[in-house]
Amino acid sequence: MIEEVGTTTEGDLVINVGPQHPATHGVLHLVITLNGETIKKVEPHLGYIHRSIEKMCESLTYRQFIYVTSRMDYLSAHINNHACALCVEKGLQVEVPQRAQYIRVIMDELTRIASHELWWGAMAMDLGAFTPFFHAFRERETINTIMEETCGARLTMNYMVPGGVMFDLHPDFQKKVKAFIQQYTSKINEYDELVTGNIIFQNRMKGIGYVTKEDAISYGCTGPVARGSGVASDIRKIAPYDVYDKVEFDEVLETGGDSFARYLVRVKEMQQSIRIIEQLIDNIPEGDFQAKTKAVLKLPKGEFYQRVETARGELGVYIISEGGTTPYRIKFRSPGFSNLSILDHMVRGHKIGDLVAAMGTLDLVIPDIDR
Amino acid sequence: MFLKEYINDVLKAAKSLLTGMKVTGYYFTHRKEIITEQYPDNRATLQLAERFRGEVVMPHDENNQHACTGCSACEIACPNGTIKIINKFDIQPDGKKKKAIDTFVYHLELCTMCGLCVEACPTSAIKMANTFEHSVFNRNQLTKRLNQPGSKIREGVE
Amino acid sequence: MFSLEGITKAIDTWLNAHFNSTVVLLAECVLVGVAAIALFAVLGLGLVWMERKVAAVMQIRLGPNRLGPKGIFQTSADTLKLIMKEGLTPDGADKFLFNLAPFIVMIVAMLVLAPISFAKNFQIWDINIGVLYVSAVSSLSVIGILMAGWSSNNKYSLLGAMRSGAQIVSYELSAGLAIISIVVLTGSLSINDIIQSQQNGWWIFKGHIPAIISFIIFIIAVTAETNRAPFDLAEAESELTAGFHTEYSGMKFALFFLAEYINIFIVCSIGATLFFGGWMPLHIGNWEAFNHIMDFIPSSIWFFGKTIFLIFLIMWFRWTFPRLRVDQLLNLEWKYLLPISLFNLLLMTVVAIMGWHF
Repeated sequence: MIEEVGTTTEGDLVINVGPQHPATHGVLHLVITLNGETIKKVEPHLGYIHRSIEKMCESLTYRQFIYVTSRMDYLSAHINNHACALCVEKGLQVEVPQRAQYIRVIMDELTRIASHELWWGAMAMDLGAFTPFFHAFRERETINTIMEETCGARLTMNYMVPGGVMFDLHPDFQKKVKAFIQQYTSKINEYDELVTGNIIFQNRMKGIGYVTKEDAISYGCTGPVARGSGVASDIRKIAPYDVYDKVEFDEVLETGGDSFARYLVRVKEMQQSIRIIEQLIDNIPEGDFQAKTKAVLKLPKGEFYQRVETARGELGVYIISEGGTTPYRIKFRSPGFSNLSILDHMVRGHKIGDLVAAMGTLDLVIPDIDR
Repeated sequence: MFLKEYINDVLKAAKSLLTGMKVTGYYFTHRKEIITEQYPDNRATLQLAERFRGEVVMPHDENNQHACTGCSACEIACPNGTIKIINKFDIQPDGKKKKAIDTFVYHLELCTMCGLCVEACPTSAIKMANTFEHSVFNRNQLTKRLNQPGSKIREGVE
Repeated sequence: MFSLEGITKAIDTWLNAHFNSTVVLLAECVLVGVAAIALFAVLGLGLVWMERKVAAVMQIRLGPNRLGPKGIFQTSADTLKLIMKEGLTPDGADKFLFNLAPFIVMIVAMLVLAPISFAKNFQIWDINIGVLYVSAVSSLSVIGILMAGWSSNNKYSLLGAMRSGAQIVSYELSAGLAIISIVVLTGSLSINDIIQSQQNGWWIFKGHIPAIISFIIFIIAVTAETNRAPFDLAEAESELTAGFHTEYSGMKFALFFLAEYINIFIVCSIGATLFFGGWMPLHIGNWEAFNHIMDFIPSSIWFFGKTIFLIFLIMWFRWTFPRLRVDQLLNLEWKYLLPISLFNLLLMTVVAIMGWHF
């Protein structure tokens, strides 16, 4: 059976999953080769939503290009903006005020929870359970409302600017975040009862889409996909930025390597994010929320790199500056692209249903892959 | 031994399924948990956050005066070419020429509501409004002129 | 007291008084046909609406609420839209089979309606092997599904149809065994006899634990047989887009859709008949007064009440559980349900022989 896997012979069923398919959450196109129900090969075809964001950024100034990055991984827009802002600040050598750093980290963690909430619902929907999706959206909606109040938008916030954040916090922010934490902790049991503990769910997830520690490293997986295989890859721990070195939290590591391990990593990560927010929310220092910067930003000639931990993994921003007002070249190292590359490896020999489940645990956001 | 495990498996599975049904059953019997907002019906009571970015507007006071000096900072700050400022030169009473705006063109169809123009404005002449129902039948209607006809710059704004 | 029996009796007497017996027979056939189609339409629309409402409330939202009170006419409007739409036939499809398949599925659903007893003495066909007839005919619907999947010339449809074939054939077994365990108690295959035997209490109460186990097995098996979540592998939206009816549109799709709901109604009414006494009111042993009060509720209300309760149960499953994988589905049947139901049948036989049931 094993030698058959991975080869196409006559009589195999070749199916196009996507670009319009309910399981691909966007315009991902998978060409799968089947032997009956068993998958022999998966070949992702990309580029359906390529908007040349990297090229666009070259014609935008250092203040302007940040907003475009919200459209890459739209579920963690804050974190993308944060990475860009940090990279520009590195070039400018601006000291960001403490208050702004606190606000940024709280916003990042709220975004992470919101992103994982959506993933949780979509994951369950991939497996055929529709109800959890709506329950997840109830909590996500609360976060969106908090975001809307402070940042002025619900999805593409553009709140981080070089040198700090765009506005100060809304006066109700702390109160609302605390209310959200209360709401979240009261519902967390329900999530376990509805999905995690469910026998059908566990059977669908356990032992499926197995990724070994070595494979995770060699394919360049980051984020929850790598941590599900026991690879410590949390940038917040490895190379702390802003105030991540001042807060206490655990890097969630699971050694299972299967879909269920990746699921658990994300669910536990939400609780760690809550823990970070709880530590910071009462201790936001007074002061400026934005450092004084020049009206026209010019980065010195050189190369700058900054990496952050988004909800999906490691996002790297690489700027080459020629000393002008616009970057000479920008490269984003997006987590989704590397995580997608392991899909073929992890679903070979499984059933079609497992492809959907395993793809769900990769938490793909297609604009993040294509950019 | 095998039989005991088998029965245990079945019972455990049944228990996990029943706990799941308990959750959905709870929501079925508690209609007050419903969170749907009936949007077009609740227009009157709809509360939007004050910072919500819906479109760029230029506030005018009761004398039909605004605070825009025509410095084009917003035009430069905008990443999408949404704003176009057309300037003219007013002849002051003392005979001097002074730069003032003729038309502040705002392309709503290009705007991504990033708020960079409002940040860049030195005189706080423009701001983000809460309106969000922008659908029109003709695309031309999305190109707006923000300064009202006959409006002038407010005294003392430089 | 309102009863459906009275209406049919009145029509029958009136027809007999005015026409000769052949005309009466023909007229009654036409009336039954019209009544069956009307019931189908009402059931299909009503159950789809109920499903959407149940799903909505479980998912903390409102569901259809615009057309008519509580959105009750929403499904009628949807059907109207589907009738208006073009029924596309793909170029590469086997056109004859492609167009035939939805009707096969629908006709099978209609045929099963015949022996079901809707109220006291209100039955289309009182056949003495009613239960056997139901389980025999209902398994024909797989032919329609396989036909649809194969003739569409679409790989998703084919995969869905093959899954459905494997699924329905295997789950037939445990559904049949669950039915037989009740037949063992009653000693008759006639639906009327089975209902009459529950005069002094429903089998689910009288039959001890074996009856409860066979009820659980029955409800799982019929959920699978009607291709409902968590066993909706034939459709499996997130895997096969729409499974066997991917290529269908317009009214042909609507026929599949309505047939699904009518099949649910039929299997639930069989379940209600076997385990909850069909139209038989709730009677407890010798409590004459209590039984008498219960008799005042019309038998049709008892029947539809029980059936709708079972339908609600199946909907509850659908909106709670994730979908099984195809091999797990067959594992569940062959490694769990079938052995348990065989053992349960043995237990039930012992109970019946020793006369331990009430």
